[in-house]
Amino acid sequence: MTLTAHRKLQLYGALLLLPAALLLGLFAYLPTISTVIQSLFLPGFRGAPPEFVGLDNYRYLFEDPKFWLVARNNLIYALGTIPTSMALSLAMALLVNRQLPGRGLVRMAYFTPTILPMIAAANIWMFFYAPQIGLFNKLLGAFGLGGMNWLGDPGVALYSIIVMSVWKEAGFFMLFYLAALQAIPPELKEAADLEGTSRWRFFWRVTFPLLMPTTLFVLINALINAVRVVDHLFILTKGGPNNATNLLLYYVYENAFAFFDRTTAATITVVILLVLAVVATLKFTLLDRRTHYQ
Amino acid sequence: MSPSRIQLTGVSKHWGATTAVDDISFDVAPGQFVILLGPSGCGKSTTLRMIAGLEEASQGTIHIGERDVTRASPGDRGLSMVFQSYALFPHLNVAENILFGLRSRRVPRAERDKRLAHVAKLVDLAPYLARKPANLSGGQRQRVALARAIVSEHPICLMDEPLSNLDARLRADMRREIKALQRRLNMTVIYVTHDQVEAMSMGDRVILMQHGRIVQDGTPSELYNQPASAFAASFIGSPAMNLLPLVALDSAAVIDGDTTPVAPLEAAGGKLGVRPEDIELRADHEPGVAAHIVSEEYLGADTVVHAAVGNHVLRVRLAGRPVLAEKKSYRLYWASAKAHLFAENGLRLEHLAPRAFTAAQRSVSRPPLVGSFQH
Repeated sequence: MTLTAHRKLQLYGALLLLPAALLLGLFAYLPTISTVIQSLFLPGFRGAPPEFVGLDNYRYLFEDPKFWLVARNNLIYALGTIPTSMALSLAMALLVNRQLPGRGLVRMAYFTPTILPMIAAANIWMFFYAPQIGLFNKLLGAFGLGGMNWLGDPGVALYSIIVMSVWKEAGFFMLFYLAALQAIPPELKEAADLEGTSRWRFFWRVTFPLLMPTTLFVLINALINAVRVVDHLFILTKGGPNNATNLLLYYVYENAFAFFDRTTAATITVVILLVLAVVATLKFTLLDRRTHYQ
Repeated sequence: MSPSRIQLTGVSKHWGATTAVDDISFDVAPGQFVILLGPSGCGKSTTLRMIAGLEEASQGTIHIGERDVTRASPGDRGLSMVFQSYALFPHLNVAENILFGLRSRRVPRAERDKRLAHVAKLVDLAPYLARKPANLSGGQRQRVALARAIVSEHPICLMDEPLSNLDARLRADMRREIKALQRRLNMTVIYVTHDQVEAMSMGDRVILMQHGRIVQDGTPSELYNQPASAFAASFIGSPAMNLLPLVALDSAAVIDGDTTPVAPLEAAGGKLGVRPEDIELRADHEPGVAAHIVSEEYLGADTVVHAAVGNHVLRVRLAGRPVLAEKKSYRLYWASAKAHLFAENGLRLEHLAPRAFTAAQRSVSRPPLVGSFQH
């Protein structure tokens, strides 16, 4: 068989794609597929082959109140961290985008939590939250207020985790907002100023719409982080007390490596993947169309 | 007093140790089209931005009408501005861009729609109102920026190099359109540019700036015919005016390296300025300074000839395409009224007149050649 010029070109293109495709396939798609398969089987005992059970694993999972507790925790965690960290990061970016004495220092200070590894940050916050010697309770004590058991009280622990996550993430998102703000030509502000446009109105009519692509990007990242980042749980609460701070990925970890229940872990993973896929699709179809890309 | 009179008194702008604008004063009458002209970095844009309120003057006062607006906010000065980059809002369509200011000022909807329709017709944008700026050509974006300035119905419009992002042909069209629009709406316009063609063709009055100071303030023809300094002389006109150092020889000043007297002795050390279009090329025995041709540039309607005189090369602009002999000697002749004298510090020497060439300077007994070199 002789190769036409067109075929040669196609082969050439395919070869160029190969390294990336190989890596993606080996480390992303293959594990995904094997996870989906694993979630449809029950492992065999004592060397017996795995038994195909269809969607039974999912039924058991959905009947498990602990799964729903963890899912609810994760929802509260997402609702608590995503809008707060995004709003805070935008506010910080707007602040340090202006002329400000010691601007570089403030920018660095805002960005510092991002540079810290999550484990180190969680260790610092351990000391903030510690019941007797912790910074927060000391401060409250100085005002004559009784302290709280920040991480030990099931009603408070999740919110303590949320606060720490917002602190950790906002600086990172600020970086994207700051870059986007600096890409907005200053003449736009000047043109608006000449028309007596108020700062508030300029923000909502010009700055915010022009930041929309960044907001979408940050939103998706924040969403993924809300499910993906659980490092701090290992240090701060280990999912407790009484699963009050258990999040989906930590629950996956528990199932896989503490309870050695690989099947349940695989099943939860598939559920997480599906939920994220649905949200991402919504984002691309609904919000993208209303966003102005330059 | 009219609300569109603009008055600057002793205005300066300092950035730390550097002075961008140094003690500038001028007074713009209502309906005037004033050009702030100068090379980049001369302070013309800073001056405009201080009038707009986008920069605060370090010293001096700015009046618009009878009001002192030196510290007033930009939106409170009753003027509009066209930016070099157009400053259109990329996410808004043409209509929204034009109406942005009116909505900020809470003009009622019916009034907005009326003004939009009127302005869109005025600048030929009616078919494009629903488009985003990214889908417009450079000229159309320029029109949107103009429309946004016009729709506010402010009597004053400031323009900061509005045509510099357009190609040459479009620029010529827009020059005429802006000028016509200004006449029709009787706007007071202050227009910043570094392009002397724009300044000459559009301005009622040109303020030429250098190093943050005003070099000359006058009509285009004053700038062309009586440049106040060597800098003004070289900045206006294309090709630029010839500026030749004068040295003393016997009882007169001559062009460095030449022997023909061209100016009184007191002018020595300064410079002689002659525009290329004011020089005639004549036969060797006629009055004028001796020259020989170095090179020529044919431009279609005319030819720029480079001719060596003494130690210097002059540009001479001749109509059409004259036939010139490279090795032959010629004479360069100009009417003494067309020549300018500048002192060593660059300022115009008003009290000295350049010398006229006389045939007696070098009597030649040959009969005159027939015809001129300029057919």
